[in-house]
Amino acid sequence: MNLSLLILLPLITALAILFSKGLKQIRAIGLAGSVAQLGLAGWILKLYMNERSNGNTTAYLFESNYSWFKALHINYHIGIDGISLAMILLTSFIVVAGILVSWTMEQLSKEYFFLLVLLSIGAYGFFISLDLFTLFFFLEIAVIPKFLLIGIWGSGKKENSAMKLALMLMAGSALVVVGLLGVFYNTGTFDIVEITQLGISVAAQQLFFPFAFLGFGVFAALFPFHTWVPDGHASAPTAASMFLAGISMKLGGYGCLRIALLMPNGAQEYAWIIILLATIAIIYGAFATMMQTDLKYINAYSSISHCGFVILGIGMLNKTSINGAVIQMVSHGLMTALFFAAIGMIYSRTHTRLVAQLGGLLKVMPFISTVFVIAGLCSLGLPGLSGFVAEMTVFMGAWQNPDVWHRLATIISAASIVVTAVYILRATGKTLMGPISNEHAVLTDATWNEKLAAGLLIIGILIIGIAPFLINQLIMPSTDILMAQFEKAITLK
Amino acid sequence: MMINNFFILLRQELILSVLIFLLLFIKLGKDRSNENILNIINVALFINLAAGFCCMHEGSLFSGMFTTNALVAFQKNILNLAIWIISMQSFAWLKTHKHVIEFYILLLTSLLGMYFMISSGNLLMFYLGLEMSTIPLAAAANFDLTKKKSSEAAMKLIISSAFASGILLLGISFLYGTSGTLSFEILPAHLGNNPLQIFAFILFMSGFAFKISAVPFHLWTADVYEGAPVAVTSFLSVISKAAVLFAFGTVLYKVFEPIANTWYAVLVVLSFATILIGNLFAIRQENFKRFLAFSSIAQVGFILIGLSGSSQAGLASLVYFILIYVFSNLAAFGVVSLVSALTGKENIADFKGFYKTNPTLSWVLTIALFSLAGVPPTAGFFGKLFLLMAGAAKDNYWLITFAALNMVISFYYYLRIVKSIFMEPNEQPIQKLAIPVVSKFAMYLCVAGIIITGLASVVYDYIYSLSFGL
Repeated sequence: MNLSLLILLPLITALAILFSKGLKQIRAIGLAGSVAQLGLAGWILKLYMNERSNGNTTAYLFESNYSWFKALHINYHIGIDGISLAMILLTSFIVVAGILVSWTMEQLSKEYFFLLVLLSIGAYGFFISLDLFTLFFFLEIAVIPKFLLIGIWGSGKKENSAMKLALMLMAGSALVVVGLLGVFYNTGTFDIVEITQLGISVAAQQLFFPFAFLGFGVFAALFPFHTWVPDGHASAPTAASMFLAGISMKLGGYGCLRIALLMPNGAQEYAWIIILLATIAIIYGAFATMMQTDLKYINAYSSISHCGFVILGIGMLNKTSINGAVIQMVSHGLMTALFFAAIGMIYSRTHTRLVAQLGGLLKVMPFISTVFVIAGLCSLGLPGLSGFVAEMTVFMGAWQNPDVWHRLATIISAASIVVTAVYILRATGKTLMGPISNEHAVLTDATWNEKLAAGLLIIGILIIGIAPFLINQLIMPSTDILMAQFEKAITLK
Repeated sequence: MMINNFFILLRQELILSVLIFLLLFIKLGKDRSNENILNIINVALFINLAAGFCCMHEGSLFSGMFTTNALVAFQKNILNLAIWIISMQSFAWLKTHKHVIEFYILLLTSLLGMYFMISSGNLLMFYLGLEMSTIPLAAAANFDLTKKKSSEAAMKLIISSAFASGILLLGISFLYGTSGTLSFEILPAHLGNNPLQIFAFILFMSGFAFKISAVPFHLWTADVYEGAPVAVTSFLSVISKAAVLFAFGTVLYKVFEPIANTWYAVLVVLSFATILIGNLFAIRQENFKRFLAFSSIAQVGFILIGLSGSSQAGLASLVYFILIYVFSNLAAFGVVSLVSALTGKENIADFKGFYKTNPTLSWVLTIALFSLAGVPPTAGFFGKLFLLMAGAAKDNYWLITFAALNMVISFYYYLRIVKSIFMEPNEQPIQKLAIPVVSKFAMYLCVAGIIITGLASVVYDYIYSLSFGL
């Protein structure tokens, strides 16, 4: 299985979009490409599970390694483990859904779909990279499409939001660069597998861990570098919001996870800061959401809170909590994409996102309202949906650290769920229930493409929510291997 | 392989000289239309570029005054490539110009001087080359015959570079006084921590900094760039800067190797100031040419970081980055020069709504700006990263962090233009431009270069194999 297919297929799709004409042709190509990609991801999943059930315990499967810049020891090294595969599956779900909700994008449609696919290339490449240089290369590829998507097709003060997002993410990557160069000059390689074997000196870890972790943290909306999230998400067009929250923020979370596992001593030493920042993000995000009146801002701020759980899981540094962090990334990706899709559907009909101006939508748009409710309930962690599984796993992992400090952080974070319940139920109630205004009474429900997009994401949420063992089977073997390496590295030093 | 054949070693200079004489003969002959002449010149420049790639031998002539090797030949080829592209891009401007041939004679003479400067094996030769490359440029800067600003630019250029040359010459004479030689071969053995030599080196370095417009010797840059015709501006900002940097790299690594610690410290200070000032001033520019002037100042700061790595990778990343810089900067200048030649507009604000009327040009400009900013998959990303990598070899991480964060500032001002092009509405956007075929070809060539030079690692590996370390 050559994983380069995962980049090649969207690349071909992107080129095909460039050479096609008219919205119909473009969106058909986009959809075909993304569905094929989803199929490919599913097929890789099958092969992967086969390998694992045959007792293959190598950390990364389907590796291939080509020399890229020989003189500088830069390789194009790719491979996947359960964690990256989960992310790839998430990405392919969201890309299909994103293309479906953009079905009627008339304005500059070629550029729009091209940029969406380009963004997904960055994400796929990022998740399969086993070389820090390639990883960084793909991370940055994903930045520019975001800037253009928000700036050209966005709403509100779109130029400012786009600029803010791009600059903050670039600042994040600047920090990542310094961290990566430090690692390179300490070990002589960018290769993640080799670095794990060689180990980085403790002094270098102490120096460069903060750079790399904070750098990726900016992408993952780590407090206090979260300020790009609300504006960026709120200004972006629907599909771009879905990609931003569903895929792009996961790049950060995934990067943080890899860095923490790559520099065990650094991670252990700075764990308390990570936990502190994550806890602040969780609580602050939740309370900030309470004050929002715009549906997109509500979801954006709640994303900060939810991504805090990812960082918290990583900071707790044990098997269960890291499992939880990964599940939270997948769950939050699906859930928030669904939420943005529902908001986009409402906005395209009512032309307002202000909670105060909405009401009673359940009567005219039963399908969209149901989607909205499901996304909301998933967000507040209702059992049976993915949010519950993810947050529960993080808390269980966090509780395994027996000292007061970790317990306190866990309790505070868990308490945020109450706040979440308040703002979700309030937003749902005001938007969907109550009297409906006369203008809104004539609106229509979702079209087939919107139903399909929402249905796809809901299936994902339900699979994780009802049968969490499935995703655990995928992730657990890999976290076992990675954490064994982690503990070995800690005891060696 | 060492050979001493005059014709093989000097072939690039000879071809260029023949070309200059050819132009003189065309001038003397019957009147031809500008278009014909330009086509002949463009073909000749391409032949010049292609011929440069054959027989890249190592050797020296005139008892060590002139040395060449594969790296030097490659550096000259980068300059050849750049002048070919510039020539194609200025087609629209030169088509109606009265003195096309004189213009080319000046540019090519300046290029010839740069060849000798890069190939010099002796400080005297070096100085001659440098002067030969600067003086014709001052005349060329005056080539927008009807514009006052153009002659102002020429005046500023000639005075400031004469000043810089004076400082450089003073440094050279101190070096001669303390060591008794000007030869690159013998000089290193006589260099040490002699204060007068350090002082001579600082003077020498100041002269250099002037030519590459490093801060605090950058003040002439923006005015000259703004006033000169776009073709000359791109020549100044790409070719002339590249040539001096090539020579700089060789001189630092070969001649001043014994005082490497001193020049390392100087380079760090220079690059720190250059990046910061270049960036801060670029933010506020309204004129596109001034903007590119300041952004190119910041780029030089990055190049100095790579150079300070003092390794094979340092020199390779310098040459590699300049090759990328040729493509990216010329792609940007190409669009600006076209717009300026056809509409006379040169301000950033004029580019608002540019995408609606000229989508192709907009993408070319955008890709060029992304490459200058260092965004993947464009080559600029690799170029900047490799410079930082080379610099990081010295474990000077505060400088690397500073440079990396400054990339964010530069990102802001490049994106500001992208924002104007794509997102901001304009009542009267630049109308749809008819692009001459040659200019179009040059632009596509640049874009192809921007994409391929980065992703195809063969280019870097090739340059690396040519380079030598400290």
